[in-house]
Amino acid sequence: MSRSDAMTNVLWLQGASCGGCTMSILESGASGWFDELRQFGVNLLWHPSVSEETGEEAVEILQSVLDGKVRLDLLLLEGSVARGPSDTGRFNMLAGTNRSVYRWMLDLAPHAGYVIAIGSCAAYGGVPAAGSNPTDAVGLQFEGSDSGGALGAAFRSRLGLPVINVAGCAPHPGWMMETILALTTKDIAASDLDGYGRPKFVANHLAHHGCSRNEFYEFKASAETMSERGCLMEHLGCKATQAVGDCNQRSWNGGGSCTKGGYACIACTSPGFEGAQNFLETAKLAGIPVGLPTDMPKAWFVALAALSKSATPRRVRLNATADHVVVPPGRTTTKTKP
Amino acid sequence: MTRITIGPFNRVEGDLEVRLDIESGRVRRAEVTAPLYRGFEQILEGRPPLDALALAPRICGICSVSQSVAAAAALRDAMAIEAAPNGLLATSIAHAAENAADHLTHFYIFFMPDFAREAYAAHDWHAATHERFAATRGSAARDALPARARLLETMGIIAGKWPHSLAFQPGGTTRAIDLGERVRLLSIATAFRSFLERIVFADALENVLAITTADELDRWRDGRGGDFAHFLRLADSLALSGLGRGTGLMMSYGAYHGTDGELFPRGLFGPRAAIEPLPLAQITEDVSHAWMRDSSADPAHSSTIPDPDKPAAYSWCKAPRLSGQPIEVGAIARQTVAGQALIADLVSASGTNVRNRVIARLIETARIALAMEQWTRALRLSEPFCTNSCDIPDGSYVGLVEAARGSLGHWMAVRGGRIARYQIIAPTTWNFSPRDSFDVGGPLEQALVGTDVGDAGARAVAIQHIVRSFDPCMVCTAH
Ligand code: SF4
Ligand code: SF4
Repeated sequence: MSRSDAMTNVLWLQGASCGGCTMSILESGASGWFDELRQFGVNLLWHPSVSEETGEEAVEILQSVLDGKVRLDLLLLEGSVARGPSDTGRFNMLAGTNRSVYRWMLDLAPHAGYVIAIGSCAAYGGVPAAGSNPTDAVGLQFEGSDSGGALGAAFRSRLGLPVINVAGCAPHPGWMMETILALTTKDIAASDLDGYGRPKFVANHLAHHGCSRNEFYEFKASAETMSERGCLMEHLGCKATQAVGDCNQRSWNGGGSCTKGGYACIACTSPGFEGAQNFLETAKLAGIPVGLPTDMPKAWFVALAALSKSATPRRVRLNATADHVVVPPGRTTTKTKP
Repeated sequence: MTRITIGPFNRVEGDLEVRLDIESGRVRRAEVTAPLYRGFEQILEGRPPLDALALAPRICGICSVSQSVAAAAALRDAMAIEAAPNGLLATSIAHAAENAADHLTHFYIFFMPDFAREAYAAHDWHAATHERFAATRGSAARDALPARARLLETMGIIAGKWPHSLAFQPGGTTRAIDLGERVRLLSIATAFRSFLERIVFADALENVLAITTADELDRWRDGRGGDFAHFLRLADSLALSGLGRGTGLMMSYGAYHGTDGELFPRGLFGPRAAIEPLPLAQITEDVSHAWMRDSSADPAHSSTIPDPDKPAAYSWCKAPRLSGQPIEVGAIARQTVAGQALIADLVSASGTNVRNRVIARLIETARIALAMEQWTRALRLSEPFCTNSCDIPDGSYVGLVEAARGSLGHWMAVRGGRIARYQIIAPTTWNFSPRDSFDVGGPLEQALVGTDVGDAGARAVAIQHIVRSFDPCMVCTAH
């Protein structure tokens, strides 16, 4: 065990998940995720999608953590905790162990230096908690926006932190890796997390910041149907002015983002995002979007929107409802005063 | 007779448990369990139909585009609209990128690491295989993961992000591609081709696709570098063509739909070993061994309601059947139905098995890499990428697509503007189905029977190869 003593031991488990967080993090690292982990001294004790150990060999690894034979630095869960039916966790058994993932997490979490919820499912319940929530799915330390969840509100990991919630569905590979790596050097304190347990380096931004449609937003020049270029907030459901994340400040898959892709931010970093309906349609009351920017009084928003609409340049107005740029930016001129 | 339970069965997508009855070192009977149920069908009921575009892809993080495309196809069926031709092309490009990424992930991250295991230390090829393919440590991952990430940059351009995008709509895709972006898409496709030609095949894709028989493949392989040839040599050394034989019946819903048909056609490889029309109305689901309440067998009329204490049940997965038969789906089925010469030759010689499934996946990857270049060139940049959605009348609708792992269907019934029913049959639901009421096992259960496990029991590597050769996606299976 000398190798793993010096390194940061990470155990990654999957609960009621779609596997998408793993698929996302596999994009991390210029020479691949495994290389990147090694470069930072991270030892992946076990990960269900990528490790060699299978069956009994894998169970032995989990057991050696419970027995205190292997130090567990970071415990990561991807996917929600399915507590049902009737609190047995049987909707999600850890294969080969006759024991639910719910039970495994309750047993393993106290051994972990830090516990990280990977993705909105593990953080808050996520999509499995939508609608009738047939499996009684919750997050590790939140049930939607209420604290509690599978481990309970009072849970603190061995090194004294609540569960760190790398929210997102799926989260950006950078959010996950940066959190993992910051924890290998114990660089995250309780004060670095927001009220929903999200690392502030992500949560201090809004998904709207840096959106390529920001100019349209300023003038309330809005797209009316799919594939138009205007702002998606007024008609097409964009919640990015209320959702945290630096989604539009970094690239997804080499240059994309939800709003760049032409569809609304559905606030996937927010607890309870899955409860919304009509994701790509803006809920309105008396013609005014219900979900206004969090820190803006409604009357101001209405007044400013009216004003900016009256001042919308022709270029911005026409491009907003076109799928291609129909009016390019005017030619700059060196002429000064007439 | 001894009964062993194998799990967690990792390096597959999601969670899987396999139980085997062993007699004199051979598998007598296999039971395959999907140990996770999340309830997507229940979650979708009562919602506005378009919400399926946000929720259904989240069934699966490895084939979310496939799930999106199936939901969009069902909604398009409901709206009775035509998608914009550019939207279909853009969808095919993104879908191909996801499927090719899946095939790569399967080969390099899930499947090949088993040959690096200690169990094979005595073979003369072991040292090289270990250096190349050992899980997380082999040199292959350093080639494959960056190539995969680069390929998935296709998503940044067409779909905004991956996994879980809302770009795939009934009317097409949500953004128009401009000239600069077309060039970027082409450069990604070219980089992918070059990865395949340098690392996977060590030959031009055209040469690989010109191989039409097993004999030619053997000649092509000899002395060749590249990971495909490496696999072919292992497959010979371990007689993988004799391992994990399928039922012989295969189907494809048809893949990559354009305005003038699809790249890979729809069809059934039937009991007469010939390609026949696919009798879609003959699809049923049996719940005799699933922890599910009895309901209609027809997915258009059934419900999915868990019954966790049901006697005789052992999986959350239902048992889909076509004309009462279990059917194998996946790349080998798609390429057989499409009449791809090499795959047809291999299948006629030895049916479906561990070796042939893997070959089919890599041959398909070469085919879709070329198609991606053609589709990208075919985009008409000044024309629309999306037509408008419209209201959905009451009725029953269906969206059928091919995911990397095989046939994926979404059946949706709408009443009063809400989803009344939503039923999903995913590829691994077919391949990893439990027994039906006639006690007939699903394709994997049948493929495992007869396998020689010797003294290794639960640690038998052969079992690992057979299971992974199907590239199971367990999160899709019961959803
Ligand atoms: S589309 Fe959304 S993120 Fe972009 S500017 Fe409009 S409100 Fe902001
Ligand atoms: S833009 Fe919104 S929906 Fe998209 S990833 Fe960011 S928070 Fe999630």
